[in-house]
Amino acid sequence: MSLFRLSWKNLTNKPLTMLLTLTLFALGVGLISLLLLANKQVEEKFEKNLAGINLVIGAKGSPLQLILASMYHIDAPTGNIPLKAAKPFLNPKHPFIKTAVPLSLGDNYRGYRIVGTTPNFLDLYQAKMGQGRMYEAILESVVGAVAAKELNLKIGDTFESSHGLIEDSNLEHHGHAFKVVGILEPTGSAADLLILTAPQTIWDVHDHEGADTGEEAAAETTPIEEEAHDHKEGEAHDEHDHEGEHDHEAEAHTEEGHEDHDHEGHDHEEGHGDHAGHDHEAHDHSAPLKPITEYEDKDITSVLLQFKGNNIQTLNMQRNINENTEMQAATPAIEINRLYSMMGVGADALRWLALVIMAVSGLSIFISLFSSLRDRRYELALMRTMGASPGKLFSMVVLEGLILAVLGFVLGILLSHGAMSILAGVMKSEYRYSFSGGIFLQEEFYLLLGALFLGFVAALIPALQASKTDISKTLSEA
Amino acid sequence: MLQTKQLSYAYVKAQPMRFPDIDIPTGEHWLLLGQSGSGKTTLLHLLGGLLTAKNGEVRIGDTNLSSLTGAALDRFRGQNVGIVFQKSHFVRSLNVQENLALAQNLAGLPTDNARIAELLERLNLSHKLKSRTDQLSIGEQQRAAIARALVNQPKLILADEPTSALDDNNASEVAALLEEQAKAAGATLLVVTHDNRLQSHFSNQIHL
Repeated sequence: MSLFRLSWKNLTNKPLTMLLTLTLFALGVGLISLLLLANKQVEEKFEKNLAGINLVIGAKGSPLQLILASMYHIDAPTGNIPLKAAKPFLNPKHPFIKTAVPLSLGDNYRGYRIVGTTPNFLDLYQAKMGQGRMYEAILESVVGAVAAKELNLKIGDTFESSHGLIEDSNLEHHGHAFKVVGILEPTGSAADLLILTAPQTIWDVHDHEGADTGEEAAAETTPIEEEAHDHKEGEAHDEHDHEGEHDHEAEAHTEEGHEDHDHEGHDHEEGHGDHAGHDHEAHDHSAPLKPITEYEDKDITSVLLQFKGNNIQTLNMQRNINENTEMQAATPAIEINRLYSMMGVGADALRWLALVIMAVSGLSIFISLFSSLRDRRYELALMRTMGASPGKLFSMVVLEGLILAVLGFVLGILLSHGAMSILAGVMKSEYRYSFSGGIFLQEEFYLLLGALFLGFVAALIPALQASKTDISKTLSEA
Repeated sequence: MLQTKQLSYAYVKAQPMRFPDIDIPTGEHWLLLGQSGSGKTTLLHLLGGLLTAKNGEVRIGDTNLSSLTGAALDRFRGQNVGIVFQKSHFVRSLNVQENLALAQNLAGLPTDNARIAELLERLNLSHKLKSRTDQLSIGEQQRAAIARALVNQPKLILADEPTSALDDNNASEVAALLEEQAKAAGATLLVVTHDNRLQSHFSNQIHL
């Protein structure tokens, strides 16, 4: 009859008390562990998607929204900005900017976002081409690993996009078949969930439809030669006068009265019939793409920037954009911290709740041991007469507390990981973000130590009392 | 075998109790008679090392109990003294066999299932080996308690009012069993009681 077996038998002799204590303990541990898991995974996703991006430039509106839409692809964009206004930042010779990636958002294929961007998008997320090649022409696309798997897309497959960011068959762009030419390796970042294509593809798909509404026809029919010409003039600007250039262009833009493309306003069902007037673009599909800086009257959604280093000029750049242009510049780290602090209130409340439950479960271990020992006083005295030392009784009771703590911990961990798996399913269908219930954290090891400590402390007083059993007195009273 | 010299004990705020010197040779069976409140149980606890005497000494075999302290005293008691109490209590979460095994283990001895089976067989309890102790009748409980006191083959068996809760038949059966088992084990037996029914069983008597 080992001490462990004796303790175990003592506990299982009162199954209902044991059940109550274990349930409370498991709830406390489970809630804490669930918070740890969710927090860790959310943070990891956000962190991974920060991808070293220092600044995001987009249309004015909520900076958090701009960041969420452009970097995490979980919110609607704030609107579009004219390519002309963003061009200075796309200049590869810019003195402060290391990488500038333009994004053109607004379409999806069965809920997975289509992002018009340049190939250096992959550098941001350290994404590697798994199969196939980079897109080189209009309507060619490269699909993220998760999107490819979920949409069952393979190299050579074709699909038609829909307008908007959520699945809606009424908004399909008919007559534009995207072709899959490459599939990315998994990165664990937002890149996994996206369908990448050239910005020209997005423009192309929308131009044909937009033109038919007549609203933007004038802007869209600008001859390509003219755009190219403008660009050459633009290049002649002094490289250090970007702000000036930018202001100039913004003003020019306003004077032209050019409006942001309001895609929502278009009637896409009717809009795709007549392509006759735009053959000059339509027949271009297989032609090599021009650099996007050679286009003029186009819109993009945002630009992701990596700086060569943070300094006073980069700070000024952000302030300048925000104060002097129709665009805004947002810092991802600041906005994400703001998001954390907003979510943090709820997480704090849950954390307190978990701690209270843990305290109550510790108390319930204490009470159950204490009252069970009062019933077992005679047993304890008896054990002393049979040769048990006070230390042995102490160990027996402490062991009972520890067994409860370990079992409660194991149940709690099962509970939290089970809940996380269910939650992961929900998160996946809601946000297309993959979470996992199968990840175990180092913090959970600390949680085990904490649980053991709680079990020990709760058992300490009953154990001391047991070890101090006055044999003679107890036996005489019985 | 069992000797006391000028033994006395005082509870807090009470007159000290003095006990007559006892000298029981190995293997003899004695009856210690006394009325309630005469200090019988106190004496038995002193003899079993459950209480420590204020004055005087208790010797079991060659060992002076007052020379032992703490865990050593517990172990000595577990291995050398078997005690049968007035009401038989057991560790409720364990069955009969496990209770006997616990008595072996707590005394620092390995579990000896053959010994347990043989003992229960002799006490006509083999069919209750796996029973919960609260499912036994009072007579069966008292026999199981005797089995537990004997399981480590102690040199000394102390019985505290072993028959007071029993009817005449059970009382004489238990008394006979104690004598018989003590004899079989070669153990010294001291029964402490106020139960006059037992007087006829024991020729050696001490009156408090």
